[in-house]
Amino acid sequence: MDFLIWTTKRALALIPTFIGITLISFFVMHLAPGEPMSLQADFNPKMTPEMRQRLRAQYGLDKPIYVQYAKWFKGLMQLDLGRSFSPDRRKVWDKIKERLPVTILINVLSMALIIIVSIPLGVRAAVRQNSLFDQVTTVLVFVAYAAPAFWVALLLMLYFGIELNWLPVSGLHTLMGYEQMDTWHKVLDWGRHLVLPVFVSAIGGLAGFSRYTRSSMLEVLRQDFITTARAKGLPERTVIYRHALRNALLPLITILGLSIPGLIGGSVIFESIFAIPGVGQLMWSSVMARDYPVLMGNLVIVSVLTLLGNLLADLGYAVVDPRIRTGLREEE
Amino acid sequence: MPFKKTLPKTPLGFIAIILLGMYQVALAQPGQKPVYGDAIITGSIGDASNLIPMLSSDATSHEIAGLIYNGLVKYDKDLNLVGDLADSWTIENDGKTITFHLKHGVKWQDGQPFTSADVLFGYKTIIDPKTPTAYAGDFLEVEKAEAPDPYTFRVTYKEPFAPALSSWGDIVVLPRHLLQGKDITKSPLSRHPVGLGPYRLKLWKTQERIELVANNDYFDGRPYLNGYIMRIIPDPATMFMELKAGGLDWMSLSPIQYQRQTDTPFFKKNFKKYKYLSFSYTYLGYNLNHPFFKDKRVRQAISYAIDKEEIIRGVLLGLGVEATGPYKPDAWFYNPNVKRYPYDPRRAKKLLADSGWRDTDGDGILDKDGIPFSFTVLTNQGNPLRDKTAQIIQYRLGQIGIKMDIRQLEWTAFINDFIDKRRFEAVILGWTLGQDPDIYDIWHSSKTGPKQLNFIGYKNPEVDRLLVLGRRTFDREKRRQIYFKIQEILAEDQPYTFLYVPMALPIIHARFHGIKPAPAGISYNFIRWWVPKNEQKYMMP
Repeated sequence: MDFLIWTTKRALALIPTFIGITLISFFVMHLAPGEPMSLQADFNPKMTPEMRQRLRAQYGLDKPIYVQYAKWFKGLMQLDLGRSFSPDRRKVWDKIKERLPVTILINVLSMALIIIVSIPLGVRAAVRQNSLFDQVTTVLVFVAYAAPAFWVALLLMLYFGIELNWLPVSGLHTLMGYEQMDTWHKVLDWGRHLVLPVFVSAIGGLAGFSRYTRSSMLEVLRQDFITTARAKGLPERTVIYRHALRNALLPLITILGLSIPGLIGGSVIFESIFAIPGVGQLMWSSVMARDYPVLMGNLVIVSVLTLLGNLLADLGYAVVDPRIRTGLREEE
Repeated sequence: MPFKKTLPKTPLGFIAIILLGMYQVALAQPGQKPVYGDAIITGSIGDASNLIPMLSSDATSHEIAGLIYNGLVKYDKDLNLVGDLADSWTIENDGKTITFHLKHGVKWQDGQPFTSADVLFGYKTIIDPKTPTAYAGDFLEVEKAEAPDPYTFRVTYKEPFAPALSSWGDIVVLPRHLLQGKDITKSPLSRHPVGLGPYRLKLWKTQERIELVANNDYFDGRPYLNGYIMRIIPDPATMFMELKAGGLDWMSLSPIQYQRQTDTPFFKKNFKKYKYLSFSYTYLGYNLNHPFFKDKRVRQAISYAIDKEEIIRGVLLGLGVEATGPYKPDAWFYNPNVKRYPYDPRRAKKLLADSGWRDTDGDGILDKDGIPFSFTVLTNQGNPLRDKTAQIIQYRLGQIGIKMDIRQLEWTAFINDFIDKRRFEAVILGWTLGQDPDIYDIWHSSKTGPKQLNFIGYKNPEVDRLLVLGRRTFDREKRRQIYFKIQEILAEDQPYTFLYVPMALPIIHARFHGIKPAPAGISYNFIRWWVPKNEQKYMMP
């Protein structure tokens, strides 16, 4: 019961935070020079001043900024994110929605890849601290982390796409004949196209996550209960994976929780390089075009997920770590 | 490049040389007849935004819309205005009234007949204040538009307006039966267009690709290629790799890709490269209200101090020509006999000395009344060609004692905070050219207000008079003389130092036949490109 009250309190506290985020973003966004019709209107000889005024009025930009915010917020309360300011004038949600599946797919796959590879890597590096294996992986992971993603991507494309001709260079599926494939071949086709993007987007995360695992693991391995476990004569495997790893993963929950908004964030760099129609590209072009509704729409989604991610991380802690749960009770 | 030093005297001669200088001119193969089939895959950096042409202003949307819609008139390969949906037209009433006689039997892609009511509807839509279009300008000059019968469309202008004819292109012809009484900004047509043109939209996956298929009922004959697919590939390096991997048939090359990276046996065997002067020029523009640049002699001196050929060699790897004025050299209104500014630093120094700029304190920088000749040139971020151009100019101006700094700015901030507020000393920018010589918006003294295009503040009463006259004159020879004179004055005044006209450098897979470069480029006869049966690559219905 206490736990439920605590959760509700935490959840309610997020509401003012959320409103604050939208308020600040909205005002900061309007500080950037230029206006949504800049791209259409600037340097266009056929654009008349009257037309410009009319466009401003259509977008509601002629009103004071707090009025604009109020109008936007009212829409948000009815779950309406408004329409884009770009010439297509589509609904913001439609524009974001059509890009979400592929972004989430790639991010989930790369997150999975990161966890599958980096946890064993980190554990081994910690168990054999300062061994050759530890040092080599440290160097490799940092080299991969430091290498610019676009450069790695281009090298891989050149090697696998052109030299060896094993994998497609860009895009999501084969252009011609895709419709005629059966389901199995379609999945295979997608898979071939996704290998490089998933790999490139995972590289950066590998370094961070395996380092976190390593240091968290080292800390746990130093503790008394590990010595006890070993003294009991438990096999080393059980000591490490049962007793140590479980405890070492606790801080990683926070990091995972914080990665949730990243799942829809997308990245302009690899999306552009691999020509993937994801959320990152949409955001980037919206920034360039000062497309406020799309930017705000995306921001709402990201900030809700960030706040939820934080909440989940806290809850996750409480669930897996009894000390935190009991600590809560003592506080009150 | 054959045309570097010896620019021929007439535009016609110039065209001939360009054609000879083409990398490969598609020759007519005897005994081979065009056949139907195959598709072409092209790459674009950006996605289209809206396929109702009057609502979008990006190049990709207009490229796609150009294959789906038609106008009353169009430009042919030599940039002459010819009929498209109009069979003919008559100009009466001292040039104030234009009557178009439309083709019979033309059908919209949904089977409805095309009539003059569609043109009238398009006109009413474009001037409707509720329509968010950037192209209303030309149509606000219209006094009256009427459709007396289904195949006649008549417009009357308040005053004779020569660019009027060309404005009746594909922007303004809309299917009335699908749009009447509806809010055009929310119309499904913006993503599922219904046009009259050679291709129909089959599929548009946002930021991924746009697929068009041939319109079997096209009034001007079905195109040979069954399909046109545009892939959206935002990164130029990826696009080039896709070309190599066989995922693209057609893209535009950068000078370095053209000269160095495609000079391999693979490319020679599988692709053909083309080059023609693009519809644009790059310039160094001066803020004419700034004390440094008020004096014509200073501007002329800078023009003499810049070696334009060096810029073309260094920046464009020779793939461009010197600009001498605001037009490209193969246009019919280009005047080749204007005052030129060959590289001559001694003359530059003398002109500067005449206007009072001398290095009195021996620090290597010219000064006048104690003020050193030092200024900043602004250019937009993300354009490496302009950046390199600025660096070469910086070096050359340094040699004659002028200190020039370079600052790059994000486009929107550049326009809003610097150009619009006149907070600049000089800029390096470019203009895209139209096919009509009218340049009123850029050079007329009435266009110096905020947000207007004569942002350098150029005011010359003679040019003003000629610009107005040019708009009122329909006779081609008379118009040519008017614009020749304008070019002479601009060359003398040097409000800009006109730098170069770059070349467009398309590369296209060798299986496509029938491509014939002309002053209009290569796309003008796209619907007549074809692939021999045994070389066809893609099956498309």
